[in-house]
Parts: sequence; structure tokens; C-alpha cells
Amino acid sequence: MSHFRADIRQRAEELVALYPRQRSAMLPLLHLAQEQDGYLSDEGIAEVAALTGTTPADVRGTASFYDMFHLEPVGRYVVGVCTNVACLLAGGEELLEHASSTLGCAVGATSDDGLFTLEETECLADCNLAPCVQVNHRYVRTTTPATFDAMVSDLREGRLDHDVPRHGTLIRVKRQGGLRVSKDDIAAERAEALAARTARAEAAAAAAAAQENK
Amino acid sequence: MASLDAPRIVSSRRDVADSFTLNRYLETGGYVALRRALTMFPEAVAAEVDKASLLGRGGAGFPAGRKWSMLRRSPISYLVVNGDESEPATFKDHYLVERDPHQLVEGVIIAAYALQVTQAFIFLRGEFALGLERVQQALNDAYALGALGSKIFGSNFSLDIVVHPGAGAYICGEETSLLEALEGKRGFPRIKPPFFPAVTGLYGEPTVVNNVETMSNLPWIINNGGEAFAALGAGRSTGTRLFALAGDVKNPGVFELEMVKNSFRDIIFDPALGGGLAEGRTLKAFIPGGVSAPWFGPDQLDTPLGQDEVGALGSMLGSGSIVVMDDASCVVRATWRITKFFSRESCGQCTPCREGSGWIERIMYRLEHGGGRLEDLDLLLDLCDNIAPGLSWPPQQTTICVLGPSIPSSVHSALSMFRDDFVAHVNHGGCPHD
Repeated sequence: MSHFRADIRQRAEELVALYPRQRSAMLPLLHLAQEQDGYLSDEGIAEVAALTGTTPADVRGTASFYDMFHLEPVGRYVVGVCTNVACLLAGGEELLEHASSTLGCAVGATSDDGLFTLEETECLADCNLAPCVQVNHRYVRTTTPATFDAMVSDLREGRLDHDVPRHGTLIRVKRQGGLRVSKDDIAAERAEALAARTARAEAAAAAAAAQENK
Repeated sequence: MASLDAPRIVSSRRDVADSFTLNRYLETGGYVALRRALTMFPEAVAAEVDKASLLGRGGAGFPAGRKWSMLRRSPISYLVVNGDESEPATFKDHYLVERDPHQLVEGVIIAAYALQVTQAFIFLRGEFALGLERVQQALNDAYALGALGSKIFGSNFSLDIVVHPGAGAYICGEETSLLEALEGKRGFPRIKPPFFPAVTGLYGEPTVVNNVETMSNLPWIINNGGEAFAALGAGRSTGTRLFALAGDVKNPGVFELEMVKNSFRDIIFDPALGGGLAEGRTLKAFIPGGVSAPWFGPDQLDTPLGQDEVGALGSMLGSGSIVVMDDASCVVRATWRITKFFSRESCGQCTPCREGSGWIERIMYRLEHGGGRLEDLDLLLDLCDNIAPGLSWPPQQTTICVLGPSIPSSVHSALSMFRDDFVAHVNHGGCPHD
């Protein structure tokens, strides 16, 4: 019995099939598990283990290395405020403090209503609009306390549902197309190209030798 | 005066609306270079990139052509594109993946053809949710167009590209760590030697790893020739480069500039670029190439933006990000935050980095927040010396990867340049700026 919803299970299987080795799908599958559950539940971890040919302990051990994976439940919106050097110079620490008071939760904690989890992040690579704020890993570009508060009201009222979808970095990443040729065909193509290239190299060497003999 | 005449090579669609869509890309010359490349022999495509003398744009600045030629002796299995951009204050790849994903994809296909690789991966940091969507859409479009997949544009070359999300770990920008993440493991950098994934890479097979910006240069190089690219810049630094300017300037942003022809003064102060500092402020210091780089002061403002030019003065152009600090900013606080970053992002394999980064961070914390002691200043240098013996540049290494030896850069710079500021923190019992 799959813990994943049918659509997520299907996407998971498609992802596994993309890689030469199934374990390579680990990080994308963990993103999918978070998309469904909001965090990495025991059931989600077990399913990822089965899909990648690993054990739940191995999956948990891998996931714990990465900041974006939550091993405990988090709020509907994960708010990240950057305080790294470019944002620090622009008031990132002050904005983080303000965010904590607006959202009513400490850094690293979740608000009582379960809506918000606040995180202090490292550089998010958007330093021309510092301090940088992401919600569910979407740039919201609110650099002042006033615009931050307005953004939070918009979130509460559901006005940002399109811009800030649920967790899961891959929620709108849909692969279409792909390589529909057999491994044998590819091998034949490569062999042909290599033979042609070897012939070119030999011809060039022969021409060079002839030039030298003249 | 800034020199702004060079062509825009990777940011030519900067002012084009919807520059990420296939139609706009085709209207502006997209996929012409790929068609041309497919009419050339693969080794001729590689030779063109060699002629361009394109230095890798990720941070280490290794010649891309040489990375490729190391493989030409044995067939290469995989091409992996490094889009894990996480060096603090670096945001050029962010621009490229969100605003010009097709250019990246076309570059990857050209590189794969030159290397005769049939499987490529584009690794993007997980925080680029929109970038992941745009690159996947570009791949979908390319498959539909016939520019990707089976028998590309009717040629005898087939290629599959998979976009792979990271999950929030700075260290995955280190290429062997990135490969571990791509294999579904914790992002631990691999022990060297072998130094190059070209020898032992993904799944132990020969692999080329190139940066997003490096790949994005390829369509222009094929369209205009490697010599035209090499004619720009000077010395080893050819072509143009994206510079990410952040911190205390009026107009922070990403600017494409010809290598060497402009100086730090140009990019920081030119009205068309950084626009200078806020009214009444003066420059205190700047970081020339990501937080792993030793700092520069006002005396180095006229240094040209070139790899060897910056290297000769004991720092690096690195990831192309410049952080400006004005006279109102607290260098102790900035240094504390940078060491906190390294402490948090250390993968934990090597003792000097794992323990050293934490010790340095705690000492920096007490200096900034009260409780610092005068002897802390020498203690900091002693700790730094244990991580990178001699505190030279390029640094000596006691660790598996270069994250460790990057930690002392800011501490050593700040202490050498602004020792009085540290002493003032000790005497004041915390930050005098607060």
C-alpha cells in the first residue's frame, strides 16, 4: 500500500527511471515526500527507501544533511530570512527580528496556529534585493518591515496562493519528453561516431607523416 | 571611466521581456549555434572552446577546454552542470537560470556534443524553485523542438538532460560533493586524489563538471568563433564575465563586463554600474570574489577585474561577487556572520574545519556581543593558522576540500586591516556601533 498519493507515486516512479541508478533519485523524491506531507514523515521516508533501494535509516541519515528537508512538522508557510553578509549590511538581522514578532514565533519555531515556521537562512542568491526573504522557497522580495507585514497579511488572506504554492520545490516541475531511444541504438550511434573520429585522426596522422616525408 | 563597449555574451537578453520563453529565444538567435555545432566534428567544437581560452566561471577558474581535453583520451560518461550557486553574495547563475534557461540548455547540448556524452545533469540548488521550473520548461521545449532527445535536429547524436534539485547545502557547490548529492548521498566532498571528476566522477566514471555561466557562454562562442571570444579581455582572462555587486552601493546587481578592462572602482562607482555609495559614505573595504576571498581596501580599487590581476594581490576573483562595506558598517559583525556561515555549512568530515569554524565563530560572537578579550585576537589568528598553516594565499590545506581554508580569509583580512576595530569592541564590551 503506497503512502504517496497516486499522482505523487507516479511522479516518483518516473523520477527513479530517469537515473542510471535508483538511489540518485533520493533528493528529488524527498522533495516530493515533503510536497505531500509538508515534512518527512516516517511513512514518507519508508516509501522513499523502498523506491531508492535503501533503508529508512539511510534515507533519514541522508536527509538530515540538507537544510531544506524537515524531519519535524513545519507550518504551512516556511518563511526564510537571510542574514548572510550582503543581507546583514542591509538590515537582515533586524528584519529577522521583526519577522519573529510579526509571526509570533521564535527563529526555528512554528507559530501556534501552525501557519508559519520562521528560519534564518544562508545566502539565497538574490542579493541585489537585500535583505532576501523566501516563503516556501519562493522569492517574495519584501525588504522592509512594512512590506513584510503586508506580505504576511496577503498570505493569511490567501492572496498569494499562486505565487507561493505549498511545500515542495518540484511542485510545478513537470517533465515532458525525454530520450526515447534504446540503449543499443545509443551505443551504435556512439560506436559509429568513435569509428569516424578514429578514422579522421588516422587520416590526419597519415597526412602529417606524408608531409614530413616530402 | 568604465569600459562598456564589449558585446553582452551571456546577458544579451537582459532587457528582453519573457526572455525565458522558447519563442523569444528563437526570435533572438536561439539554437542557431547548436545547428552550426552539429555540422562540425565534435573535436572541432571542443577546439573552438579551447581557442576561446574560456576559464571556468564557478570560482576556481580552471580552463574549461582543459577540463574537456583531459577526457578526450578516455571516453567521458557524464556531463554535470553545477548550478548550486551558494557562495554568499553570488547571484549571477540565479539570473541565468531564471532569465535565460534556453541559453543554458543550448550550451549544455553543445558541450555534450563536443564531449560525445549522451547523458547530462543540470544540478540546481533547491532554493531556485522558479529556476527549476524554468529550466525544466526549457528542456521540455527543446525536446519538442527536436533540439534535445533522439537524433537531435536529424543528426546522429542523441542526448538526455535531467534537471536535479539540491536541498540546501553550500558544500554541494564543491564538485565532488555535488556528485555525492547526485548519487543520492550526504554531500561529503571526496578525498583527493583523484583531483578531477574527469578521472573518477559520477558512479566512478569519467565526468565533466562545468558551471552554469561557463555553459551559457558556448552558444556565443560557436556563433562568433573562439578567437572573437579570446580577443576580449586580456592575458588569461578572456571574454566577458558576470559580476554580482552587493552590499553598500546604490545600485547592486549583476553586470556583464569585459574581463580586465574594468576595475573595482569602475564597477562600484560608475553611474551605469554600482553608482557609488550612499551620500556622505566612504568605502571601508570590499570583498573581491565571494566570502572565501581575502578582502581588499580602498588602495586596491584600481585593480582590474581579471583572474591573475586579483590573484597577484593575494586574493581571488572567485565566484565574481563583490561585497562593498562602507564606513558605517561593522567589520567585526560582518566577519562574525561570515564565520557563522562557514561553521554552519562545514560538512563535518575534517576536524580543522568542523571544530575550527565553530571555535572561531564563538570567539567572533563574543567580540561582537560582549565578553571578548584582547588575547582573543591572537587566538583567532592561531586558530586560522591551524586550519590554513602560514595564512598564505592561495592557502595551505589541512582538509579534504577548500571550504576549510576559506574560513580564515575574512578573519585574517579583517584583523590585519582593522585591528583597531577589534580592540574597540573589546574595550567597549561589545559592538560600539549598536
